[in-house]
Amino acid sequence: MAVVTRGFTGRGRREVDLPPGQYLTDDFPVLSAGPTPRISLDEWRFEVADGDGTRQAWSWPELLALPSEEITTDIHCVTKWSKRGTHWRGVSLDTLLSGVDSDVGYVMAHSYGGYTTNLPMADVRDGKAWVAYEYEGEPLAPEHGGPARLLVPHLYFWKSAKWVRGLRLMATDEPGFWESAGYHMYGDPWREQRYWGD
Amino acid sequence: MTELATPTRRPLAWRVATVAAVREESVVARTLVLDVPDWPGHIAGQHVDVRLTAPDGYTAQRSYSLASAARASAGYAVSTVEILVQRIPRGEVSPWLCDIAMVGDQFEIRGPVGGYFVWEPSRPEPVLLVAGGSGIAPLMAMIRTRKEAGSRVPFRLIYSVRDPDTLIFGEELARRARDDHGLDVTIVYTRQTPPGWRRPPGRLDAVLLAEAGWPATLAPACYVCGPTGFVETVADLLVAAGHDPAAIRTERFGPTG
Amino acid sequence: MTGVPEWVDGNDIAGATRELFAVDLTVARGRCATCGREAMVAEAHVYDRAPGIVARCASCESVLLRLVRAPDRAWLDLRGLSYLEVPIPAPVAPAAMPVVA
Repeated sequence: MAVVTRGFTGRGRREVDLPPGQYLTDDFPVLSAGPTPRISLDEWRFEVADGDGTRQAWSWPELLALPSEEITTDIHCVTKWSKRGTHWRGVSLDTLLSGVDSDVGYVMAHSYGGYTTNLPMADVRDGKAWVAYEYEGEPLAPEHGGPARLLVPHLYFWKSAKWVRGLRLMATDEPGFWESAGYHMYGDPWREQRYWGD
Repeated sequence: MTELATPTRRPLAWRVATVAAVREESVVARTLVLDVPDWPGHIAGQHVDVRLTAPDGYTAQRSYSLASAARASAGYAVSTVEILVQRIPRGEVSPWLCDIAMVGDQFEIRGPVGGYFVWEPSRPEPVLLVAGGSGIAPLMAMIRTRKEAGSRVPFRLIYSVRDPDTLIFGEELARRARDDHGLDVTIVYTRQTPPGWRRPPGRLDAVLLAEAGWPATLAPACYVCGPTGFVETVADLLVAAGHDPAAIRTERFGPTG
Repeated sequence: MTGVPEWVDGNDIAGATRELFAVDLTVARGRCATCGREAMVAEAHVYDRAPGIVARCASCESVLLRLVRAPDRAWLDLRGLSYLEVPIPAPVAPAAMPVVA
């Protein structure tokens, strides 16, 4: 069917220990579904809310005052690139969700600019997810989601919402921005859950 | 059954394109002449999607404007089309097209597509073309189509480039400015001019646009193509000069590396 | 990659939409369901460096159209458009059809 183009290798390399269908890249491609929001740190908030309204909110200085962790992880984008050994600093969602009942099943991450993505509560607890504000020792750049983004590296990277502003607690799972337009509700790269039905 | 008059109304398929010739157009850009069997023809200003496939199945896709005339260009069969490719440092597709592709190589193209940023010789109004950098490609297709179709519609091209090294189609534009009756070409150098150039380097502004373009009272069709910021600026200048926003068609380029 | 333009013109999605439709969707006129602006799809702001294609209103940046392409399927969401007026070339009238009285 497709003709192979002589001498073309692309930016990515296949490697055996990557999730299926992924290609290794050394770049950090910038993906965005909309304009990059410019959020002043004075106005920045991270909120955890349920149906009754906001439960808890942190300002930028309050977030920085929380214990932070250094995270070294591979990341996998559904557009087929993977990147090894990225270094981040951020606050564990275990810290930010410590006051939330364990019976809440799901969260919807909301971003400045309107982006949303849904996650099971179990996948953002137990040291699996962070609100990250540093990348490779530098403040997280706006094009990569700064001032702060979600980091949920065991799922495809669209789940790691850029410009995150909060989590809404949900009893049942609801689709976010990409999940409502064909992308998988869960998004496990190792099971290649890219699209509905995968 | 009624026969429809539109040859493009069929499923859009990927076709195999074979590189038939390569022409270096500047230090940063080259023309690839592509042989595409069963090419359905195109309208000046349309583009194609290009897809490269690696041996391991990895694919990368980009859009490129067609630079060739809507009809067959002299010396080539009807099934050849031309795309202009600018090398984007650290890009993925353009380095292959610019540095590796040679005659006989194959990849896939899909098109032609796009019915918005197009010019057809049947249009009677004068035309203003404003290009920034490699944004010259679809406008070149219009200039070449005008000549091949024998159109007498007056064209004015204002073409902004950084310096003489990044001027694309320089020789052909100079030749056409001399030979294509009714075509005026103004080159604007933003950083560095050739020796003895009459205008110091500088950005395209309202004065130059008024001088080298058409007055709004002539109601020209305006086509502006280039990087997003450039197109934004020029479109704003044209509207400020009284041009009907509906007569200004734009095509912004992302960095299609 | 700082400072790169984030969007391109709606023209850019001509190929992706022609896979789904027999006509060119980029010359269709649509109305933004959020702010009411009417414009051609070609004039929308398109973000295509993403898991799918997102076309946004040039005035209010609301999402007009989303298109996700899987190898064997595509999803199209037009919720952000309250209508689309799609030009369809008229069939050619038979040249010498006699008028039947």
